[in-house]
Amino acid sequence: MPPLPSGWAPRLDAPPYRLSGVIYGSLLNSRAALAALGPAVEQPPHKAPPRSVVLYLKPPNTFVERGRPVRVDAEAPELELAAQLGIVIGRTACAVGAADALDHVAGYLVVADFSVPHEAHYRPQVRYKARDASCVLGPGVTARQRVPDPDALGLRVVVDGRVVQEGSTGDRIRGTARLIADVSEFMTLSPGDILLTGALPGAPRVRDGARIRIEIDALEPLQTHVAAAGGRGAGS
Amino acid sequence: MKRARVAYAGAIHEAVPHGSDDTLRLADGRVVGADAVVWLPPFEVGTVIALGLNYADHAAELAFKAQDEPLVFLKGPGALIGHRGQTRHPADAMHMHYECELAVVIGRPARRVGRAEAQAHVAGYTIGNDYAIRDYLENWYRPNLRVKNRDGGTVLGPWLVDAADVAWPPQLELRTFVNGRETQRGNSRDLVFDIATLIEYLSGFMTLSPGDVILTGTPQGVVDVDVGDEVVCEIEAIGRLVNHVVGDAVFGRSSGPVGDAAQGRKA
Repeated sequence: MPPLPSGWAPRLDAPPYRLSGVIYGSLLNSRAALAALGPAVEQPPHKAPPRSVVLYLKPPNTFVERGRPVRVDAEAPELELAAQLGIVIGRTACAVGAADALDHVAGYLVVADFSVPHEAHYRPQVRYKARDASCVLGPGVTARQRVPDPDALGLRVVVDGRVVQEGSTGDRIRGTARLIADVSEFMTLSPGDILLTGALPGAPRVRDGARIRIEIDALEPLQTHVAAAGGRGAGS
Repeated sequence: MKRARVAYAGAIHEAVPHGSDDTLRLADGRVVGADAVVWLPPFEVGTVIALGLNYADHAAELAFKAQDEPLVFLKGPGALIGHRGQTRHPADAMHMHYECELAVVIGRPARRVGRAEAQAHVAGYTIGNDYAIRDYLENWYRPNLRVKNRDGGTVLGPWLVDAADVAWPPQLELRTFVNGRETQRGNSRDLVFDIATLIEYLSGFMTLSPGDVILTGTPQGVVDVDVGDEVVCEIEAIGRLVNHVVGDAVFGRSSGPVGDAAQGRKA
């Protein structure tokens, strides 16, 4: 990969957590979120619920530099916030089994992934998820050893001082170990890669000026804000 | 001018053809045979952006209607391999096909660039062979990564050909040969969304950076390949990209996916 943008997440770019800049996200990994789609999962164009992992990429243009805002503009005045647990890979993981998967984890961090709200899940346009300045990484990586069970962590999203989403990293179709195993069957995960574990149901939406705080038990909380391109909004 | 990136004698080098494409001159002056090096993707690859159904004839082949907006998906770095590499054909896959594509390499940052200025942001061109395994297709966030972002499933090379050496817009013949037999033929003049339009569209929501690459899509003529096949993707004035399809055993997988993943797939 070419070098990451200057000023980007300096605390993360130091051994043993030197990030590669590769971020894969998981979709529809929440039982409740999939259930919320109702009978549509069995109907065209889907015809059946997902069998394998549903994944996407967050390319480097989406990374928000520390202290900078998430961007909204006239084309996308409102964004959906997927607050989630991110896995930082520590050892090359290729075709690993679930029993060994967590040995390949360096640590965990909070990730705020923003996308343009969209209803369709069949073939959504990449512009919904690959917008400039639409992915914020938590302030630091917490070592795996300090997180005994990544699948039982409380998660809270606070927007402008109000709790707008609350839940747990449990209730996943694929827990952390299973997710790594199923992804690494066809895609090698390398040290410094981040694998997002997926959003909880009821992802909040945010607009210009929103101040956001995401807490996940045992991890350093993430804080960010939203601003319209062109200079309006808090902190820009 | 055209350049390759190769591994030779313990290091990675920039290389240029020396007399013919069969001999390379490394940046440090050494002259070596093209078969004495390991060919890597010919530049430091950033974001890999791929187009689906960007030739009307191929869209028809897969029974799709033409799009009103480019159909874009992204790929990760683990998918990339160079010229003369190996791509794994899982034992349980019946429908794995190559896709010969003109790959456009970005040379200057592009943010909200209009069609008329797009050409100035192109560094050059290479060839992409972007494999797909349709057996794994699912109707969620298509094309799903298990089909299109597999380790070693995106071959790039052999050369990065300078934009200045190719007339704009590129109107180049693409051909694919499987074991020497021509199976695919098209011309980049038939792109549904041309390169300038793609750069305008993409840079409207994502800043393109040097090293980012756009795989512009494949024409009709994709056929299934099998273990042992040699697949050669050829683009006029750009080069000839060779890939070998190999079986699970080469990768230490005796019976397809590992047990855990196989269970997940059936669940």
